[in-house]
Amino acid sequence: MSKIHVATKINGDTVEYLCDPRETLLDVLRDRLNLTGAKEGCGTGDCGACSVTLDGRLVCSCLVLGAEADGKEVATVEGIADGDELHPLQKKFIEYAALQCGVCTPGILVAAKSLLEKNPEPTEEETRYWLAGNLCRCTGYDKIIRAVLDTAAEMREAS
Amino acid sequence: MSIAKPLPHDAAKLHVTGAARYVDDIPTSRDCLHLAFGLAPIAKGRITAMNLDAVKRSPGVVAVLTADDLPFANDVSPSIHDEPLLSDGTVHYPGQPVFLVAATSHRAARVAARKGDVTYAEEEALLTVDQALMADSRFEDGPRIYEKGDAAAAIGAAPHVIDGKFDLGGQEHFYLEGQAALAFPQEGGDVLVHSSTQHPTEIQHKVAEAIGAPMHAVRVETRRMGGGFGGKESQGNALAVSCAIIATLTGRPAKMRYDRDDDMTVTGKRHPFKISYRAGFDDDGKLLGVDFLHLVNCGWAQDLSLPVADRAMLHADNAYLIPAIRIESHRLKTNLQSFTAYRGFGGPQGVVGIERVMDHIAHDLGLDPIELRRRNYYAAPDQAGADNTTPYGQKVEDFELHEMTAQLLDSSDYAARKAEIADWNAGQDRFARGIGFSPVKFGISFTLTHLNQAGALVHVYQDGSVHLNHGGTEMGQGLFQKVAQVAASRFGIPLEKVKITATDTAKVPNTSATAASSGSDLNGMAVKAACDTIRDRMADHLAQRYQTEPAKVRFEDGNVHIGDEVISFDEAASLAYQGRISLSATGFYKTPKLEWDRINGQGRPFFYFAYGAAITEVVVDRLTGENRILRADILHDAGASLNPALDIGQVEGAYVQGAGWLTTEELVWDGKGALRTHAPSTYKIPACSDRPDVFNVALYDGQNREDTIYRSKAVGEPPFMLGISAWLAQSNAVSSFGDAFPAMDAPGTAEEVWRAIRRVRDGV
Repeated sequence: MSKIHVATKINGDTVEYLCDPRETLLDVLRDRLNLTGAKEGCGTGDCGACSVTLDGRLVCSCLVLGAEADGKEVATVEGIADGDELHPLQKKFIEYAALQCGVCTPGILVAAKSLLEKNPEPTEEETRYWLAGNLCRCTGYDKIIRAVLDTAAEMREAS
Repeated sequence: MSIAKPLPHDAAKLHVTGAARYVDDIPTSRDCLHLAFGLAPIAKGRITAMNLDAVKRSPGVVAVLTADDLPFANDVSPSIHDEPLLSDGTVHYPGQPVFLVAATSHRAARVAARKGDVTYAEEEALLTVDQALMADSRFEDGPRIYEKGDAAAAIGAAPHVIDGKFDLGGQEHFYLEGQAALAFPQEGGDVLVHSSTQHPTEIQHKVAEAIGAPMHAVRVETRRMGGGFGGKESQGNALAVSCAIIATLTGRPAKMRYDRDDDMTVTGKRHPFKISYRAGFDDDGKLLGVDFLHLVNCGWAQDLSLPVADRAMLHADNAYLIPAIRIESHRLKTNLQSFTAYRGFGGPQGVVGIERVMDHIAHDLGLDPIELRRRNYYAAPDQAGADNTTPYGQKVEDFELHEMTAQLLDSSDYAARKAEIADWNAGQDRFARGIGFSPVKFGISFTLTHLNQAGALVHVYQDGSVHLNHGGTEMGQGLFQKVAQVAASRFGIPLEKVKITATDTAKVPNTSATAASSGSDLNGMAVKAACDTIRDRMADHLAQRYQTEPAKVRFEDGNVHIGDEVISFDEAASLAYQGRISLSATGFYKTPKLEWDRINGQGRPFFYFAYGAAITEVVVDRLTGENRILRADILHDAGASLNPALDIGQVEGAYVQGAGWLTTEELVWDGKGALRTHAPSTYKIPACSDRPDVFNVALYDGQNREDTIYRSKAVGEPPFMLGISAWLAQSNAVSSFGDAFPAMDAPGTAEEVWRAIRRVRDGV
């Protein structure tokens, strides 16, 4: 099968790649671009471990074809920190011990960042439901929610 | 001292930046092969013909193996060699691997694996415990029976008797990272295997058998798992063995990871039980005698089913002193996945049995369920009379639940809330709230006594930095951090000076699985022993050098105090090196006091017990059965916690996982034995939106009465059983719709809650 040429931006960098038309964006990120932060938890869009944003919209990268990224901007967990300087969400996740095995963490951070960009002052309930598409089997979610709400409060104060 | 500090997970920064490497993230060369199994679609039968030409012709396929092509052992069982890697011509469950495909990509391997042309002669399958019992299809020669006193006589003479039975569902582990392994061929036929496993030594052992080599030819490394929960104790064997075989046959790296649907279809889960009970008690609700029947669905292979079923029996008393008890356990062989280790290892099933009995009695007598439980608790250490022994003869010497229950009732405002809920329910037609309480007393130690050992390897380099290795594996629980805190404390140095390294069978041999909640207890002690050996050598040397006693050498605050002199730890390491002192040591630990006869059910299988208590409030909808957890209050005993942040994380996660098991997580097999809930689309673990609105979790302020590492207690499994309170709360809510006892099955899905409401309200 002939490959498709894709020109995209990933975490602000211009990236070009060739991919199989059947290949998912998740596979492209992991297998071709060595961006292994996004994980495959289910491959069917139910667990959120592969969450990225595509032109700012939160998507499961296992449900997006690699070819669909052409001309768009992709943001992954690898782009959240500014060099060595962690994003406030990342700092709070560490401070609150809001992670255990870490496989859901990249997707949850991408999703939480996307929430705070849309809604800088989410309620606890809005946060819970926004993140309901990101499964975590380890933490029981409490520390995750508290970390997100505290980050939101701190970012509002700082701005 | 880094002990008892709420430090984050050791790899937290790698996790939040996406840089933490799991098996599937490890870079490989371009010639790496990817593997997939062709799976049997039937529950039981024989293979009568197999044509794999289309598989071999499929694009990208490099090799296709059947059982006949395997060079050495065809077995991935952790126990009695009854699990062939590839079918030996017989099929025992739907999803059993029949052939192995190696191809140039994950997709190519999976596509090819679907193209097998295999013909089967189907036979009658056994899917339920009742069918298996009828057919006498079982592991072991007959049921195991543990007894204390004469339960039948005690029940016969009791003023009140209840009986009942219920189905208790299994549970999928749903570790977020699926099973995965990666093998690199080495010179001379050796192999290096990266495996997402809780048991690297077992992987090493099975790989060695499969490639016909001694264990020394196989090195297994595990840096981290993306969750384990028991599901990676034995279930990773097939992938690691496959990768090692392909790597040694082809000379190319080989990687295998299950797609989620395959993972759920192929691998084992928590054992489903059917539990029957009969209990006699007096007017005050004091238990006089209890009789339990456990029908355990073990699936097709023995795997770890015997110790799992044993542990269920060992927790049939939970927190209660029962004068006479009989537990009969049948380990039944069916044509389903091989049910396996899962957090609690049978303990939760045993605890659910007696907690159900307690709620049933409370309902029968109209007593407060918590008051009833407190009347039946084991005695506190200072109150213990002649009989404070478990059904298996171990004396309970550390019972903490009297005080813990009192504290939890107070902090959760139980009495006032119970009254408020009753008032609220009286004014409702459609909704009802309910409140449930469950305590846990969980036995700590592997019941296979020889597994209670651990090793460690510690190096101090001449610049004062420390390399730490031990036999435990990291699956997210924070074991590595806790053990590193121990090492840093022994040397009196900051945690940053300790390098945590991947579990590696070449560094510490003959390890036990990181299981039975034992990780910190065993490995913490082994690391302490290794550090102390080096510290003593350094102290001896420095004392000599500074003309003082070794007893006057102290390691603290990053310094070494030698009499009145103070030098930095780095300098001390350098001096010791120059003094030709060995700065590397192994450490070893074996749990004391254990003695256990599993056939007769007598002895001391546990070093100590860990305790906890939870109160959960739920609301149910009469019309739809939908239900939600509104509030949970938990008090848990982690002894003198090594790390409260990590321990509270374990408690919260375990509670939610336990509540998920008994509420939303339902495994459904169809009439042919095929698992129909093989993805998160149909199998529902709790989501963020299910988190209780109010979630109060605290650690009990205590310390281990036994001499464990810094008097801490194991915390991985015990809090799982706190989730039982959610199921009891559902039952309590349902009971407000009528007079009958709800007699719910588990899990309490919306459908089951709806059915239970119909039973108590309408008698149907």
